Amino acid sequence: MQCQVCKKAQAKVHYTQIHDNQVKKVDLCDACAKENGINDPAAFALADLVLGLGASQKIEEVTTTTGAEVACKNCGFTQTDLKKTGRLGCSECYVTFAEALDSLLKNMHKGTRHRGKVPPVARRAMDLEAHIRQLETDLKAAVAREDFESAASLRDAIKTSRQLSPAS
Amino acid sequence: MTPILNFLIPATDACRRTGPHDKIVFSSRVRLARNLKGAPFPGHGRKADRIKAFEQLMPAISGLPQVAPDPYAEAMDKTSAHEKQILVERHLISREHATKGSGSGLVLNREETLSVMVNEEDHLRMQSLLPGLQLDAAWSAIDAVDSALQEQVEFAFHEQFGFLTACPTNLGTGIRVSAMLHLPGLVLAEQINQIIQAVSKLGLAVRGLYGEGTEALGNIFQVSNQQTLGETEQEIVQRLNKVVLQVIEHEENARLSQLEKRPNVLFNQIGRAYGILAHAHTISSKETMNLLSLLRLGVDVGIFPGTPRTVVDELFLLSQPAHLQLGRIEKLDAEQRDGVRAEMLRQRVKSIPTPDHTRVAVRTESI
Ligand SMILES: [Zn+2]
Ligand SMILES: [Zn+2]
Repeated sequence: MQCQVCKKAQAKVHYTQIHDNQVKKVDLCDACAKENGINDPAAFALADLVLGLGASQKIEEVTTTTGAEVACKNCGFTQTDLKKTGRLGCSECYVTFAEALDSLLKNMHKGTRHRGKVPPVARRAMDLEAHIRQLETDLKAAVAREDFESAASLRDAIKTSRQLSPAS
Repeated sequence: MTPILNFLIPATDACRRTGPHDKIVFSSRVRLARNLKGAPFPGHGRKADRIKAFEQLMPAISGLPQVAPDPYAEAMDKTSAHEKQILVERHLISREHATKGSGSGLVLNREETLSVMVNEEDHLRMQSLLPGLQLDAAWSAIDAVDSALQEQVEFAFHEQFGFLTACPTNLGTGIRVSAMLHLPGLVLAEQINQIIQAVSKLGLAVRGLYGEGTEALGNIFQVSNQQTLGETEQEIVQRLNKVVLQVIEHEENARLSQLEKRPNVLFNQIGRAYGILAHAHTISSKETMNLLSLLRLGVDVGIFPGTPRTVVDELFLLSQPAHLQLGRIEKLDAEQRDGVRAEMLRQRVKSIPTPDHTRVAVRTESI
């Protein structure tokens, strides 16, 4: 069998996993395995299979720049777990591992920003944020033209809106 | 009969459902992945975490007006391995969910068009499954379930990443849109690999629904989106719909050119398929799927006048291992199963009149 990366040498490293009813396969020659950070076939990271070749290497790069092993405060999932499984531990992990994920998502999806459906709770929070940003812009303009009466009422409006925000 | 077997629509009726373009498109499916905010994902959490999520989600889902009246709602440990396999063969649960036990559950509506898996890889995997090409309708149906559920449950959501899933490959919309296609014409014309490559370039995947690797038993393929983040649900549904319509057109053309250029080859294959299915005493699942595909093609081109396509579709379902096991106390091994399968096929194919190639009338579906 041919190596799926260089398409020249014979593949020596083989991995198969079924995820989402799809068979994911990796067949690599020794050189390409090394190139993609798969040095020890025995400790092969599922991240490469589930998230795409080179994923475990990318995850590792982020870890080494920050030094200590990162773990999710909410569920205890570690960067090593992410590398090993190609999955996350809980919704908070997406905040914890945002940096590592950012580079992975670029190759995986059409974009790195969600454009689809938004839950009502999040929609209200996002609308409120946008509303506050608008008020702040208006406030700056009011101050600039020395309209202190408007500025005072805008300041009050911002204060009231901030109190409604779940983030406060 | 056990609750789930009692609940399920009989195979004959289940296969009798029709939809647009069902000559080539078996079914359309839209699946959404959702998770509870803050709770560990099923794969990482402890059993107690999974049970907590299960106890919160099961009543919320089974009480939804979308799944009324009288949905099936049960824990997976109340379902036997055989029953789980039946559900897999009906495309109502995933293979992965069939491995789950306590802490995992299933909610299914009466029509079997909506199924919600609790604690699969994500806390929720909900799907809408409709016959023929109905991707828009499938999306609307599951979108309504999702919206209704969001009034009771807060899902994990991130402004940039969208809906948060256990695996980043499902992130954002959490949507998987797929259509199951019967493409014997493209396979016979040896054009299928070109189609697969062209479709792959659009960020969609085409693969055999049954069989390993590149093999597609029964010439049945599934087309689905691979990317879930960075586009709206509607954009993904529309793109898939457009691609499926193009594949239908290529399949129609391939059938037409086979009929025009090599009618004898085609009639020979269909006739032999009929002969084997009607007279075999032992037959493997693989051979059965491939022969049934030819029988279905025969029905489509008019070699079996008066025989509805649904008769063949039912045979596809009844040939699957768990369906062959139905009504039998002793567990069949592979060899016995091949015998039972052949017996079932002999009896059923008897009702299909012998192939008559003089009756072939080429009629293409206009799009
Ligand atoms: Zn190589
Ligand atoms: Zn976590």
